[in-house]
Amino acid sequence: MAAADKEPVVITCAGPLNGVASGLLTWVDQRFPLMSNWRDHLAGYYAPKNFNFWYYFGSLAMFVLVLQIVTGIFLTMNYKPDATQAFASVEYIMRDVWGGWFIRYMHSTGASAFFICVYLHMFRGLMYGSYRKPRELIWIFGMLIYLCLMAEAFFGYLLPWGQMSYWGAQVIVNLFGSVPFIGEDLSIWIRGDYVVSDATLNRFFAFHVIAVPLVLLGLVAAHILALHEVGSNNPDGVEIKAKKDAAGHPLDGIPFHPYYTVKDTLGVVVFLVVFSIIMFFLPEGGGYFLEYNNFIPADPLKTPEHIAPVWYFTPFYSILRAVPPMFNSQFPGVIAMGVSTLIFFLLPWLDRSPVKSIRYKGPLFRAALTIFVVVFLILGYLGTEPTNVWGQFGGWLDNADRATVAARIGTAIYFLFFILMPWYSKIDKCKPEPERVTW
Amino acid sequence: MSDQEVDKGKRGFLIGATGVVGGIAAAAAAVPFAGSMTPSERAKAAGAPVEADISKLAPGEMQIVEWRGKPVWIVNRTKEMLEGIKKSDAKVSDPKSEVPLQPEYAKNEFRSIKPEIAVLEGVCSHLGCSPQYKSVEAKGEMGMEWNGGFFCPCHGSKFDFAGRVFAGSPAPVNLKVPPYKFVGDGKVIIGDDSKGA
Amino acid sequence: MVSLVRLARACALSALLVAPFAVMASGGGMRLQPAPINSHDVASLQNGARLFVNYCLNCHSAGYMRYNRLQDIGLNEQQIRDNLVFTGVKVGELMQVAMDKKDAKEWFGAPPPDLTVITRSRSSGAGSGADWVYNYLRAFYRDDGRPTGWNNLVFENVGMPHVLWQLSGQNTLDKKEFDNHETAAAALIASKTLARLDSVSVSGKDGKMSTRYELRSIVPGAGTVSSVEYDRHVVDLVNYMNYMAEPARLLRRQIGIYALLGLGLLFMFAFALKKAFWKDVH
Repeated sequence: MAAADKEPVVITCAGPLNGVASGLLTWVDQRFPLMSNWRDHLAGYYAPKNFNFWYYFGSLAMFVLVLQIVTGIFLTMNYKPDATQAFASVEYIMRDVWGGWFIRYMHSTGASAFFICVYLHMFRGLMYGSYRKPRELIWIFGMLIYLCLMAEAFFGYLLPWGQMSYWGAQVIVNLFGSVPFIGEDLSIWIRGDYVVSDATLNRFFAFHVIAVPLVLLGLVAAHILALHEVGSNNPDGVEIKAKKDAAGHPLDGIPFHPYYTVKDTLGVVVFLVVFSIIMFFLPEGGGYFLEYNNFIPADPLKTPEHIAPVWYFTPFYSILRAVPPMFNSQFPGVIAMGVSTLIFFLLPWLDRSPVKSIRYKGPLFRAALTIFVVVFLILGYLGTEPTNVWGQFGGWLDNADRATVAARIGTAIYFLFFILMPWYSKIDKCKPEPERVTW
Repeated sequence: MSDQEVDKGKRGFLIGATGVVGGIAAAAAAVPFAGSMTPSERAKAAGAPVEADISKLAPGEMQIVEWRGKPVWIVNRTKEMLEGIKKSDAKVSDPKSEVPLQPEYAKNEFRSIKPEIAVLEGVCSHLGCSPQYKSVEAKGEMGMEWNGGFFCPCHGSKFDFAGRVFAGSPAPVNLKVPPYKFVGDGKVIIGDDSKGA
Repeated sequence: MVSLVRLARACALSALLVAPFAVMASGGGMRLQPAPINSHDVASLQNGARLFVNYCLNCHSAGYMRYNRLQDIGLNEQQIRDNLVFTGVKVGELMQVAMDKKDAKEWFGAPPPDLTVITRSRSSGAGSGADWVYNYLRAFYRDDGRPTGWNNLVFENVGMPHVLWQLSGQNTLDKKEFDNHETAAAALIASKTLARLDSVSVSGKDGKMSTRYELRSIVPGAGTVSSVEYDRHVVDLVNYMNYMAEPARLLRRQIGIYALLGLGLLFMFAFALKKAFWKDVH
């Protein structure tokens, strides 16, 4: 941060213990960058004043991360990562541990809430061009967080050792088996066995409980540091640092503390209301948050009728299923699924529009983003169902499953959104951006 | 009052009020977490009272049952053993069981409900080893003054047949008496002394 | 290495054949009647517990449920010990059974599943898991083609015999075939007992495929209790099993109300606080 605005800090505290508190804080501050960090990241971090609804989800995602870690710690006190005891230990938590059901439901609801917040947070980025220069690295760290989150959820889902846990893991690890030449050995190495077994469960437990959370925490810190380095974007996509007052603060900026600490507190309370309704009244989430099949202990000899990943993976699962086998291999589908996730990394360089925010972009980009969202949701729905969910076409399309055809069209549109973006974002008829931010 | 001052006052009040309500909410949310660390139903079931059948326990004999992971001794004390206890009064550190290591009904001369049945936790009050039963006949190894009791091989602590620690032992206090009660047909329940069924 | 697409197609195909409660585009399938259970009815829960322990808890275990948890439904430890524990275990123990899984597999084809959370596992779009078990227990009928002599409309070719047959009597099956869907659907609605409608592809004498509609319904037998009473017993048993699957359910909802009230209060303060600070931002 600029050394120019480092005035010597006088620490005063309100209240009866003023002398003691300010003395203690001064002692710490002489030995630890307490006040400089307080200034750089809170009381002196100037954020645009026109943050709207879409700007709650970053702090909410961080709140859910804390929830998951705390509930996770307490679950680990009673969970047994052993194939013969795992399922029983979850029921033990639900019944025999005082308050165990509360902790378990908070963790399962939190997992889905995490993805809802992260998807809405990413959508904000898509709308307002938060990935544009100079914020490409924030976007990259964010995408890495998203990938880690998917890994964390995947590892965590095996732990209850239900039918869906087991077979979902079996299917996904088998995907690695489709890699040419090394596939078989790779999947054995991942599993630690020839099939998903106790060895797999134990290592997924290690990944889920400590390895990935550590990486996640580091990435979240990097994500926020990168953000604070360049400053936040806003719904208008205009840079507030372009216009500063005499003191060097952006004219359209307000200090994060107290304005956004107070606003985000309200956001957390509203979030908790929605979260509590689900956690206390609808914890199974209609079978999407806690899948019904997962109340049956894992049985390696009995494949369930219908294996589907948890709802937050389904759009990518749809894409995987939509790609037909080529050269006797499912690998092209796996590649397509991988690319569909990784292509988001390229957004800062695919978007060639002169303006950042959708408010000032033309009809082409607006239509493209709308269609993309609709397709994403449809692909997501299709991924939760078997491929015959919409019946078949007649003989004229060879009795093909309607859902498969729809998924293929959806996949094509999905990729075109990105591939054609350099073209349509450039030729789009944009509106002039304002000088100062608007609400 | 100026607008600014009213504002600051209002803000201060609201920060305080929100903080208090939020603090209560956080404390309420913390209850299940802290509570989850208390003994679970499985732990309580494992620690449940144990029933012992002493109808066949001959005088002078000792039976051991396990309760909450500890050995509990049930000794059928003869008249000689009871007299031996009386003779040890002067040699034990806490003859009247002042230290609260027994239920009210065991705070008496023989530290038991019935004088002839001793119920004691077989865990040395020094560092937790399980002492050995040494009858009066063990005068040879225990010394001529020995009137019978228990000897802990780990560090040499000695207890009488009421579980009272002899002065000079490394162990500081008497053996613990667990809660217990007699039920019909020569049975004793260790771990439960409630009245009624 | 099973290709993923083949696996997905196999799953889809077996779903058509095996899942009686799947919503099929052709309009057939088993409609599940909703189970009229009242989770606050303690008498019903106690009757259900009694039925469960007497009829189910010899082949099936309920290995995550402790006997002394039944204090939730208004019983004290002595009553539980005297009336519901048949294996001589302490009242704080889990509802295990002695049946060996290998033996069970030989005798029944598949080991009887643990029933503790069975009503949570059987939920679907067609109804809750409690609905499924409610219909299942009323859908047994005599079938000499099966090793146990019993079959079930909800779970085709199930390995389980009809343990409650003395109460319900020896139900039999009535089959009717229809040519068109409308009359078949009308007959399904008019059926007074549990029934299911399936579409079957039949090849006629000329080799052409046509669709016929088969309505199968239960014809009640004469049991030791009337049909209505049998139904009542099944409701109680399902009520108990629904409770057993999640004993904390009622408590969870109660605490949820308090949580929402507390959060509502917190919301009012947080909102006022936000407004107080933001009124000077323009």
